[in-house]
Amino acid sequence: MTLDWKLGGILLGAVFFAAVLLVKPIGVSTQFVILDGIVADAVSPDFITQTDEGWTSTNAYMAKSSGKYAASAAGPLNYGFVFVLAMAVGAFLSSMLRGGVPLAERRAPEIWRANFGDTPWRRYAVAFAGGFVVLYGARLAGGCTSGHMMSGMMQTALSGYIFAAGAFLAAVPTAMLIYKEG
Amino acid sequence: MQIVLAILVGGAFGFVLDRIGATNPNVITGMLTLRRLRLMKTILLAIGTGSILMFGGQMLGLVEVGHMSVKAAYIGVFIGGLLLGAGWAASGFCPGTGVCAAATGRRDALFFIAGGLLGAAAYMATYPAWKASGLLADIAGGKVTLGTVPGSAYAGIWAVSGDLLGIVLGLVFVLVAFVLPEGIGGGHVQEMPAE
Repeated sequence: MTLDWKLGGILLGAVFFAAVLLVKPIGVSTQFVILDGIVADAVSPDFITQTDEGWTSTNAYMAKSSGKYAASAAGPLNYGFVFVLAMAVGAFLSSMLRGGVPLAERRAPEIWRANFGDTPWRRYAVAFAGGFVVLYGARLAGGCTSGHMMSGMMQTALSGYIFAAGAFLAAVPTAMLIYKEG
Repeated sequence: MQIVLAILVGGAFGFVLDRIGATNPNVITGMLTLRRLRLMKTILLAIGTGSILMFGGQMLGLVEVGHMSVKAAYIGVFIGGLLLGAGWAASGFCPGTGVCAAATGRRDALFFIAGGLLGAAAYMATYPAWKASGLLADIAGGKVTLGTVPGSAYAGIWAVSGDLLGIVLGLVFVLVAFVLPEGIGGGHVQEMPAE
């Protein structure tokens, strides 16, 4: 039960607009770093420490920009982190209201099965490796599909266009190569 | 107040991402193989709509220009984009839709998130090497917009009005969304399996 693209596009655009009107443009991938920081600090409490001016970390990336990531990991009840948790709740509610995702789909998506048969563990391995590359790339780029592509191009940011060019240049041939069926 | 807004806007974003099919790897992969472009049309229309509303609102003084947040341009943006694109195509998820897909019960999305947390950690560990390579250094002025947006903290590449250019580009996105076909050949996987 996918929305008509015109209605869906206007609704999604309205959400982008609401975000920038009320707070700031949407972004997601930073929160993977924040969760890593929370976990690292739980395992090793010296990972994030308080200073006279704010927060810092033994990790140079967490400590950059005057420790803004370290501060977010130290106090996860902040806008960006709660935003991503709320996204999960919103998607969950939407999927429940449309009757939920069928069990076979939850095991492995149809396009995977069409190409590689009933091999859910191979699918999970590819999803894991894909997640690794996606987040490594997103952090190198300083943003992901949300922050760079959608929010960035919406604001006519040069970086958004550079990112989108790179992403589609790699994504289209990769998708065509892997998923020949479906 | 910020937390309430995070819940409302984040919740709406996740809800709409699910409704447009973006939490479904079949839909994402269909878009990236160019076989089914409905999601592409949706996203282009959304970017255009957001742009027109934002820049229009800024021109009318209804939207705080200071809310804009422009990211820096550097070579690593392109390299990172290439990496993200490859992983996006292989998995059918990007960071936001992966989180949302996991919430809808998709098991592969949980593996995507686990891989993502490890990938982000790997970047945290290797960040000094990237920094030293110079690939994170600003190009073309770094945090720049295409036009010059009045009252914003960001420089423009061109001296034209950034507000007007934003609206014009927004209209172009909308136009492309309408002109783009629903798909380019092939493909038989249903976007939403019936149940």
